[in-house]
Amino acid sequence: MAFDNLAARLQETMKKLRGKGRLSEKDVDEALREVRLALLEADVNYKVVRDFVKRVKERAVGEEVLSSLTPGQQVIKIVNDELTTLMGGTVAKLQLASRPPSIIMMVGLQGAGKTTTAAKLARLLKGQGHRPLLVAADIYRPAAIKQLMVLGEQIQVPVFSMGEQNPVDIAKAAVSHAGAHSNDVIIIDTAGRLHVDEALMEELVQIREAVSPHEILLVVDSMTGQDAVNVAETFNSRLDIGGVVLTKLDGDARGGAALSVKAVTGKPIKFAGVSEKMDGLEPFHPDRMASRILGMGDVLTLIEKAVSTVDEEKAKQLAHKLKEAEFTLEDFLEQLEQLKRMGPLDQILGMLPGMGGMKQLKNLDVDESHLKRIEAIINSMTPEERRNPQIIGGSRRRRIAQGSGTRVQEVNRLLKQFEQTRQLMKQLTGGEKSRRKSKGLFSLFR
Amino acid sequence: MFWKKIFKRKDENKEVTEEKAAVQPDPKSSEPEEPPKPEQANGEEAPQNFFQRLKAGLSKTRQGFVDRVEQLVSGRKVDEELFEDLEELLIQADCGVPTAMELVDGLRDRAKAEKITEGDELKLLLKQEIREMLEQYAQPLKESSATPYVIMVVGVNGAGKTTTIGKLAYRFKQEGAKVLLAAGDTFRAAAIDQLKIWADRVGASFISHQEGADPAAVAYDAVNAARARGADVLILDTAGRLQTKANLMAELGKVYRVVERELGRELDEILLVVDATTGQNALSQGKLFGEAVPLTGIALTKLDGTAKGGIILALGNELKLPVKLIGVGEKYTDLRDFDPAEFAQALFD
Repeated sequence: MAFDNLAARLQETMKKLRGKGRLSEKDVDEALREVRLALLEADVNYKVVRDFVKRVKERAVGEEVLSSLTPGQQVIKIVNDELTTLMGGTVAKLQLASRPPSIIMMVGLQGAGKTTTAAKLARLLKGQGHRPLLVAADIYRPAAIKQLMVLGEQIQVPVFSMGEQNPVDIAKAAVSHAGAHSNDVIIIDTAGRLHVDEALMEELVQIREAVSPHEILLVVDSMTGQDAVNVAETFNSRLDIGGVVLTKLDGDARGGAALSVKAVTGKPIKFAGVSEKMDGLEPFHPDRMASRILGMGDVLTLIEKAVSTVDEEKAKQLAHKLKEAEFTLEDFLEQLEQLKRMGPLDQILGMLPGMGGMKQLKNLDVDESHLKRIEAIINSMTPEERRNPQIIGGSRRRRIAQGSGTRVQEVNRLLKQFEQTRQLMKQLTGGEKSRRKSKGLFSLFR
Repeated sequence: MFWKKIFKRKDENKEVTEEKAAVQPDPKSSEPEEPPKPEQANGEEAPQNFFQRLKAGLSKTRQGFVDRVEQLVSGRKVDEELFEDLEELLIQADCGVPTAMELVDGLRDRAKAEKITEGDELKLLLKQEIREMLEQYAQPLKESSATPYVIMVVGVNGAGKTTTIGKLAYRFKQEGAKVLLAAGDTFRAAAIDQLKIWADRVGASFISHQEGADPAAVAYDAVNAARARGADVLILDTAGRLQTKANLMAELGKVYRVVERELGRELDEILLVVDATTGQNALSQGKLFGEAVPLTGIALTKLDGTAKGGIILALGNELKLPVKLIGVGEKYTDLRDFDPAEFAQALFD
């Protein structure tokens, strides 16, 4: 596709912008041009993009460039920060009544995935100890009621149906039914509609007035294009929705609709549909979505992680120690902890510039339990031993092995590999070429 | 032969122009021969002819796009800023960035060649540009005298496959064809029932296995049943699937191969159903479905519900996939052959 290489082009742009202390207007403009395309390509609404890019520009020009980043990366970092803020930052919870039953109403366009989502939500709530009741109020689409019945049976949740009667009556009757059968959550599946359809929209308003739901969830297909804004605006202005469920996120849609919807309604996205199976409904993570929309996951994740986890001062000290080959087991432990904070190791390794292309790392299966053992071994050493591993003789090794619940052989291996690593680090700081040999350190994690 | 009628109607439509639409109030002129059955009224109001209904169906798009083009160009001089604003509008209509740029480039060249300085004149040029772009890839349903005429319908979840099949079946039925619908969506709950309801409504015969059955087995039986029952048209439904699910796409390939093998020839049509409100992901759909099965064209649904629908341009322009059918309303007869000239006309008038 036309923008498959967007991330690559962005990298190109960023390369051009190097080594400046503060972001100039030109830096920002160049990087933002790519960002704008990326967002449009992800189907973020044009107006939302325009406002967004403008805001980022205002914030970015003149900002100091972190020494660990290039100006281009710095802009992307700001873009991502702003995107995440816009998306809502934290996971938004489902609105439930303080006194049951809670009433949840599912609304949305035809084919967005309301019925499936209703059933998934019921399953999720059931797993949390609730006693949900599904209500079949889509009386228009052929076999919609049957579909909900079948799904209800699959997940062992009762389905309330009155055939093809007035949906408002169905909703009311369902509420009293729930009271009599001690269901504490009622999930109403309404008919899908094109939002142009005034009659059906009116019906939704009537259902809302009749049962006063605690939560109205707008179900939005993540593949929706520029129209997502109008859809969300219409539903929100008529029904005052409580949140959004973004469906079909297991596809390759970048899901710009999420940003559009959030931007125009201000309502949080609460759940994401991630599979056709009944367990495929997850709480929505705004931060993850931000990078998906931007489509620069790898670059972004690296930037984010570099900024958030590596303390700059410590990094400088470490670089110095590396040069002087003063790298100790204490430093090593610290490195491990930072690595752990960054996330799953195999992903981190893949993201490091230069590392991604290294073939031997491609299918590297990093076993994190090994990391824990290494940590345990180092933690069982005295500070003196950590700083000066040469003093660790036979009896100290036995003690360390016992203390860490490992075997002497493992302690031996760690010490040997550490010594190799230290040698390697010395080479590494000597030049790029020797990076290929960096197997020593990584073989620790296997 | 019912074929002639089906394909002839397309030609009639081509001639429909604005003037004709205005002086042709006869509601039945291009309606199907038989009046719709009462239970399928779908809230029908005064009957209109096809062109008027198309216009009505596209009213959202017209308001959302053309009216804004008008506002944009009126009273302005042609300059670079105006072109950029137009590009913005096209992107907002889901045309996608590359297609929008291409259209505006064409517009810029043309305006220069024809020495156009007034913004208002650009509107006509844009209409021509859009029409020409659409015409490159528009194609009617394939004509064939072989029976059964086989259509396989594929698409992502919720695109409107089953409804499209129902409407197609109605249309063939109206032309006097014997239609067989095959319930190849054995995955989604009640999908079989949904198609069965459509078959009963339009009077098509129906073949299905139970839920969870192998769709390839359904396809196998469908081809043989079509022969045994002497059906003129076989329409095969398939389960909605996201194009990124490799195993499901492989399943689709298998269904296709089974049909082809049993048929002993190429399928007549393999239509990808795309929801008109879809954004740029439609391109990925076209590409990946196209890798799984040899798509012959697109059926674009729910055009009446969106103010956008620019994806119709991107699909042709970037994937060279012809849009064959468009759905512009909920009525049975609202699934139409896609005619670029007519479409552009309805959009801009």
